[in-house]
Amino acid sequence: MENALTILLYIQIGLCFFCLFRIVRGPTIADRMVGIDIFGILVVGICGILAIITDRMFIIDIGIAWIILSFVGTLTLAKYLEGRKLNE
Amino acid sequence: MNSIIAVVLLSTGVLFNLLGCIGLIRLPDVYNRLQSATKCVTLGTCSILLGLLVMYGFNDIGVKALISIPLLFFSATVAAHALVRGAYLSGVKMDKRTVVDHYKAVRDGVAQSGNEKEGREEELYEVS
Repeated sequence: MENALTILLYIQIGLCFFCLFRIVRGPTIADRMVGIDIFGILVVGICGILAIITDRMFIIDIGIAWIILSFVGTLTLAKYLEGRKLNE
Repeated sequence: MNSIIAVVLLSTGVLFNLLGCIGLIRLPDVYNRLQSATKCVTLGTCSILLGLLVMYGFNDIGVKALISIPLLFFSATVAAHALVRGAYLSGVKMDKRTVVDHYKAVRDGVAQSGNEKEGREEELYEVS
């Protein structure tokens, strides 16, 4: 049980390195932003598995906050990518 | 019994995340990458949170996981849509093997009809 959850946590952390690879090697700037977006969603899954393993319930609060911050950050990056001013 | 179902749900979620991230690396184009990664990773993370709910029942931690499922669903899809629109408008090229581009035709049609509407609105303002 614990071993299975630990293996799942390690796989999920390894997936973050896939996103980091895409952030480093992206040909265009939109690829890097896609990597940042997917990274933010993967961290929520890490928080969920970590909350089960350590049996502490405040970690899921970190996940909820991370969802909202990732949403706002991605919208800001998309608006910048579209070429508009940020104070419109 | 609950923990077995929860571990199955968690494994399904991590498998979906793995497939989405393989698509993020292997696919040739920014639109393909974003489509693959966003759909698979959003569904996988929702499955992980559902496993959290099944394992803990309707405690405070389970209800928090249940709340964060629709939050993640809407915010991730809206963010991906805004991102792909920004990428298209900033002029990122599609791959050479792309077959069809409906959005270009739709945008041209909107531009033409938009000009007509602006003219009509100016007339209305002049009358009033």
